[in-house]
Amino acid sequence: MSVSVSPLVGIVALVALVADVLYESWGWVTIEFLTYPPSRFVDSYLPGGRGAGIYPALVGSIFLIILTAIFTMFLGVGAAIYLEEYAADTRLTAFIEANIANLAGVPSIVYGLLGLAIFVRAIGFGASLIAGALTLTLLILPIVIVASQEALGAVPDTQREAAYGMGATQWEVIRDIVLPRALPGIMTGTILSLSRAIGETAPILMVGAATSMFTAPYSLTGPFSAMPMQIFDWARLPQAEFQHVAAAGIVVLLTVLLLMNAVAIYIRNRYDPR
Amino acid sequence: MASIDLTRDTRRIDRINTAVRWVFFGCAAVTILTTLAIIAVLINGAVSFFFSASIIERLLGQPWSYEITFSEFFFGSDWSPIIEPRSYGVLPLIWGTMLIVVGSAVVALPVGTATAIYLSEYADDRVRRTVKPTLEILAGVPTIVYGFFAISFITPLIQQVFPQTGTFNAAAGAIVVGIMIIPMVSSLSEDAMSAVPDELRNAAYGLGATKYEVSTQVVLPASVSGITASYILAISRAIGETMAVTLAAGMQPNITLNPLTEIQTMTAYMVQIGTGDVSVGSIGYQSLFAVGLTLFVMTLAMNLLSQVVKARYEEEYR
Repeated sequence: MSVSVSPLVGIVALVALVADVLYESWGWVTIEFLTYPPSRFVDSYLPGGRGAGIYPALVGSIFLIILTAIFTMFLGVGAAIYLEEYAADTRLTAFIEANIANLAGVPSIVYGLLGLAIFVRAIGFGASLIAGALTLTLLILPIVIVASQEALGAVPDTQREAAYGMGATQWEVIRDIVLPRALPGIMTGTILSLSRAIGETAPILMVGAATSMFTAPYSLTGPFSAMPMQIFDWARLPQAEFQHVAAAGIVVLLTVLLLMNAVAIYIRNRYDPR
Repeated sequence: MASIDLTRDTRRIDRINTAVRWVFFGCAAVTILTTLAIIAVLINGAVSFFFSASIIERLLGQPWSYEITFSEFFFGSDWSPIIEPRSYGVLPLIWGTMLIVVGSAVVALPVGTATAIYLSEYADDRVRRTVKPTLEILAGVPTIVYGFFAISFITPLIQQVFPQTGTFNAAAGAIVVGIMIIPMVSSLSEDAMSAVPDELRNAAYGLGATKYEVSTQVVLPASVSGITASYILAISRAIGETMAVTLAAGMQPNITLNPLTEIQTMTAYMVQIGTGDVSVGSIGYQSLFAVGLTLFVMTLAMNLLSQVVKARYEEEYR
C-alpha cells in the first residue's frame, strides 16, 4: 500500500459517517423536533404527527454548557494564571503540571463515578443539573488549563516588564496587561473544550441524567436530560424507525457543536494579535 | 492603564496581591484534589465491594467480611454480580475490552502510522495543512455518534459479508473505536517523525537511498519511541472508550475469540449499571467502583508508560 492512500482511510470514514447520519435523518429534522418533548410513539416524530422531539434535552445541554462554562472559566483560567504567572519552578509546580497531564488521560466514565460519589451522593445534589455541570467541569479542566497557559505564555514579557517599570504590582500587570491580551486565546481554548463537553455521554449518564424528560430543566438541583443522553436512549430502542429519530438528534447535536467551533475560530481570527 | 498614585497604601496592596495569589493557587490545587478524590472514591467503593463495609464504616467499628475474594474477582471467568446465581469474575469484561483494543489497534496503528509517514515525509505544506485538521475532526466527533454509525452502517456492512453476525458484535465496536483513534496515532507519530533531524535524511540520500527507503529505514526507526508512545496513548483511549462500544458491541459478558458475537467491555458494564435502578450500598453499585478502579489503573499505567517512552525519545534529539 502506498502511504499516500492512507490518509484517505480516515477521510473516507469521516465522509461515510456524515453521509450516514444525513441519510438516516433526512426528513426527520423538523421545527417540531426542536420544540417538542420526546415520545414513546415513533409516529409522533413524523411530519404531520402529534409532534415530538429533542426540546428538553436541547435546553438541558445548553444549561449544562452555560454552567460548565462559568465554572471552567473561573477555575481553569485561575489555575493557568497561577502556573504561568506566579508559580516558581519548584517540584510542587512540576507535580501539578504532570498531574494535569495525567488527568487529561483519565477515561470520562471515571469522572462520571467521581461525580456520582461526590456531587450526587456525598454533597447531596442528587441527579441534578449542577452535579452534571460540576462533573463536566472537572472533565475538561485539564484541557482548559493547558490552552489558557499557552495563551498567557504567548503574551510577550516586554509588555509585562514595561508595566512593572511604570510601578504596577503583579496583580495589576495580570489584570490590566496580560489577561486582556490573552483573552482571545483563552476564549478559543475554552469554547473548544466546551464543545467536547457537550458531546460527552458517559459522565452525565453516571451522574444520572434522565433518559425521558418531558420538560426543560427548571432548577439547578432538579433533574435534567442532555442531547447525547437522549440520542443514546433513542439509538438503543429496538424499533428500526427510532434510528431515524436518533440520527435527527445527532444532526441537532452536531449543528450546535459546529456553531461552537465556528465561534471559537471567529474569535481566534478576529482578535489574534499576530 | 490608570495613572499610578505613588502615595498609595502599599500594605493594602500587598494584602490584595497575597490574597489574589492564594485564590489562583486554590484553582490549581483543585486539579490535585480531583486526582485524590478519584483515587479515594474508587478505592473506597472497591473496598466496600470486597469487604462489604467501607473504610469509614470499618473505622467506626463495623467488622469486615471478606466475601468476594480477590482471586474470584481477577481469575473467575463468570461475571454476573446482580443476577442470580451471582458470580464476580471480572475476566469476561477485561476480555471484552481487550477484544476491542486489539481490533481497534489492527485498524488504527497501520493506517495512523502510514498517514503520519505520508504527512511528514511526502505531503507538501498545502496538503498537510488541509489533511491534518480534517483527520482531527474525527477526534472531535462525540463518541455517541460513532456508536450510532456502528449500528446503522458498520454492522449492516459486516452482515453483508458474514450473515451470521449478531446485531451487537465486537467487530463493529472495534472498527469505530479504531477510526476514532486514527488521528491520535497519526498526529503524535507525525510530530515524532518531524522531530527527526534532516541531517539523518540527507545522509541516507547521499548514500543513494530512495524516499521510501529513507522513510521506512531511517525516519521510522529514528522516531520509534515517539511512535510507540502514540500507540500506547491510543490504546489507553480505546480501553476507556464507552458509548460507541456500549451501543455497538452489546451487554453480554463473554469470553470468546469470535468478533462477530456480542460481548461486554468494562465500560459497557458501568453504563448498564448506571442506566439501571441500582440503590446505594447494593453490590451492583459497589461493583461499579471495583470495575472503575480496574479501568483507572489500566489507563493510568498506559499513560505513565507512554510518558516514560516519550521522555526517552526527547532525550535522543536534544
